[in-house]
Amino acid sequence: MPKSLNISVDKCTGCLQCELACSYEKEGLFNPAKSRIKVFMFHDEARFAPYTCTQCAEAWCQQACPVDAIKLNRATLAKEVDDKLCVGCKVCTIACPFGTINYNHDSGKVIKCDLCGGDPECAKACPTEAITYVDSDWTGYERMKAWAAKTDAGGQAEA
Amino acid sequence: MAWQRKIIRVDLTKGTCDVEPLNMEWARDYLGQRGLATKYFCEEVDAKVDPLSPENKLLIATGPLTGTAASTGGRYSVITKGPLTGAIACSNSGGYVGAELKFAGYDMIIFEGKSKTPVYLWIEDDTIELRDAKHIWGTSCWNTEETLKKNAQDPQVRVLSCGPAGENGVLYAAVVNDLHRAAGRSGVGTVMGSKNLKAVAIRGTKGVGGVDNIKDFMKTVAAGKKVLADNPVTGEGLPALGTQVVMEIINETGALPTRNFKEIQFEGAAAIGATGMTTPRADGTTNLVHNQACFGCTIACGRVSKISTEHYTVKNRPEYWGASGGLEYENAWSLGADTGVDDLDACTFANFMCNEYGMDPISYGATLAAAMELYEMGVITDKETGGIKLNFGNAEALTTLAEMTGKGEGFGKELGLGSKRLCEKYGHPELSMSVKGQEFPAYDPRGTQGMSIAYATSNRGACHLRGYVIASEVFGVPEKTDPTEIDGKAALVKGFQDATAVVDSSGLCLFTTFAWSLEDIGPQIDAACEGDFSLDSLLTLGERIWNMEKDFNLRAGFKRKDDTLPPRLLNEGAPSGPAKGMVAGKGKFDEVLDEYYELRGWTKEGVPTNETRSRLGL
Repeated sequence: MPKSLNISVDKCTGCLQCELACSYEKEGLFNPAKSRIKVFMFHDEARFAPYTCTQCAEAWCQQACPVDAIKLNRATLAKEVDDKLCVGCKVCTIACPFGTINYNHDSGKVIKCDLCGGDPECAKACPTEAITYVDSDWTGYERMKAWAAKTDAGGQAEA
Repeated sequence: MAWQRKIIRVDLTKGTCDVEPLNMEWARDYLGQRGLATKYFCEEVDAKVDPLSPENKLLIATGPLTGTAASTGGRYSVITKGPLTGAIACSNSGGYVGAELKFAGYDMIIFEGKSKTPVYLWIEDDTIELRDAKHIWGTSCWNTEETLKKNAQDPQVRVLSCGPAGENGVLYAAVVNDLHRAAGRSGVGTVMGSKNLKAVAIRGTKGVGGVDNIKDFMKTVAAGKKVLADNPVTGEGLPALGTQVVMEIINETGALPTRNFKEIQFEGAAAIGATGMTTPRADGTTNLVHNQACFGCTIACGRVSKISTEHYTVKNRPEYWGASGGLEYENAWSLGADTGVDDLDACTFANFMCNEYGMDPISYGATLAAAMELYEMGVITDKETGGIKLNFGNAEALTTLAEMTGKGEGFGKELGLGSKRLCEKYGHPELSMSVKGQEFPAYDPRGTQGMSIAYATSNRGACHLRGYVIASEVFGVPEKTDPTEIDGKAALVKGFQDATAVVDSSGLCLFTTFAWSLEDIGPQIDAACEGDFSLDSLLTLGERIWNMEKDFNLRAGFKRKDDTLPPRLLNEGAPSGPAKGMVAGKGKFDEVLDEYYELRGWTKEGVPTNETRSRLGL
């Protein structure tokens, strides 16, 4: 069963453990500046939002790449950058509507989330389950369940 | 290893910034942050220095675990000689700025001298420069942070700054970072302001690498996170209710100082505590809107609050309708119980002011409480206050004067002196509830007897974070002791003080110790750093730091007579609660202090013996 990263913004506390885990896995050091996932903070609204590539089925980045450096991993359905082919032209960064593929000036290549080969470190590092790795077809499962529970409670209250 | 091995030295008089290697011998003996920076400070600064003179230095220091994946590994400390106390000052803060300094490639910044004109320090990896701060001088910590991010066109810049309080010489001004985190106590922000140093803005993209044994490190870090998650305090209580989780417990213990310590239980404890923060207000909303973590923290005790838009403080000021740093236990107590104010949103607004203008809410609230007592005695009158009624419980006095103190206006100027100087000025020094000039935090030592010795001997003046024996006396960590008993507390205090010095030097947060002991923390340090960091060596390291700080204070002129408590606590029995009738130290204060000195290997006058010095390598 293919899986997707699922993000529950209300659960995020802004600790950045996901950024630390990602940069450690991908770069071998703790460096949020090189993380593929990023937590955005909206202080006035007290909201913290982790954000990363959602692995579009028809990926803009993949279609835009002039050298076919972005490949589909058939096991995880992640779109992965092949560093041997990437020429660092950044066209993918322009094509992606979400901004989740970015250039890394140290390597001269683009970087994006590749789901860590099907075992994403960010989800494992998240202490509050704001980031989970769940069945692609049921990313709404927990939210549905929460609303279902409320509906039921409402019914009982009326009865 | 987890140190970056580089420090930045900024000579504000000459306007130069230099990078020098970290003294690794000292790093192994003093670890980082509080210990290591205090070592540098003691080596470089004469203990008799005037805290607000150019000869004083200001150090901003991270620990080896700052910027790593260790839970809570984002702390930094500000070390200087405190203008409020005249003692060694070391204030600790979380947020994100400490980790950012490490990511830029540095362990520490040493500021010396004084700039002719206002400046801020800009650090972007290898680029380090002093920049003109005229456009942000005189403005709030919040405006400074926003402006510097805009100037750099980079929202990912992290900023620490002193606010108008620091510039105006409020003696308990804080260094504020990431909007509402602060190195709050002893006036470290006042020293920053006195140097014409407005802010430090940092963007670091190099990261922290070279952890000594990374596989072991990740394993111990993961085990540590599990301990925090499984513990009822760090796993449930603190994330849900923050440190406010203790308000009603301490009130029941009979240790919640009320109305300048005249009382010991507050009738409004529930209103200003966790209950108030989570109960819907008249407009249907709650004060608490979310919890927030500091960098790397898997506990997330930080509070984010909104003041009701109907509340008198913000009704016509929509700029305060957004969410910001909410009340933790300490500031809820100082702004609430100690002043007798039970209006939660008023306390929250006063707290916003402390963050915005950059001042310590503990000392502000406690100084106001002392002024309120003087007002009710008729010593301070409407003439001095400009007509503000300083009665206990007057929320408008609390909120109006918070702003005026930050801005250095009217009676706020007097409150900026701190309680010791204010009470001396009005002829009642005994009403300042402080040790070594620093105001008490939120635990009355009559109801928690171990704190008597912890407060009296704290190297930075009254403080709960130098030896938090409350953990044992109230929460049973590591084991339960009787809060109304003084016997045996000298040894307990020493143990807490030494262990705390280690935590404060590591880059980790002291709040982990509700769940972690040095047996959980030691392996994380050991895996990250080269050198021997076994349990024994760490305890010796903590003791070494404590004695070094004590030595500085002795050189600064402190004596045994300064290791004491205000007469109210030593002579007036607790008026209510489980400790009813008890005084701090239960009439044996001097005896217990003798015992403490002996356990420390100090003379009767509180001076470390030569034997103690050589055992600790001082």
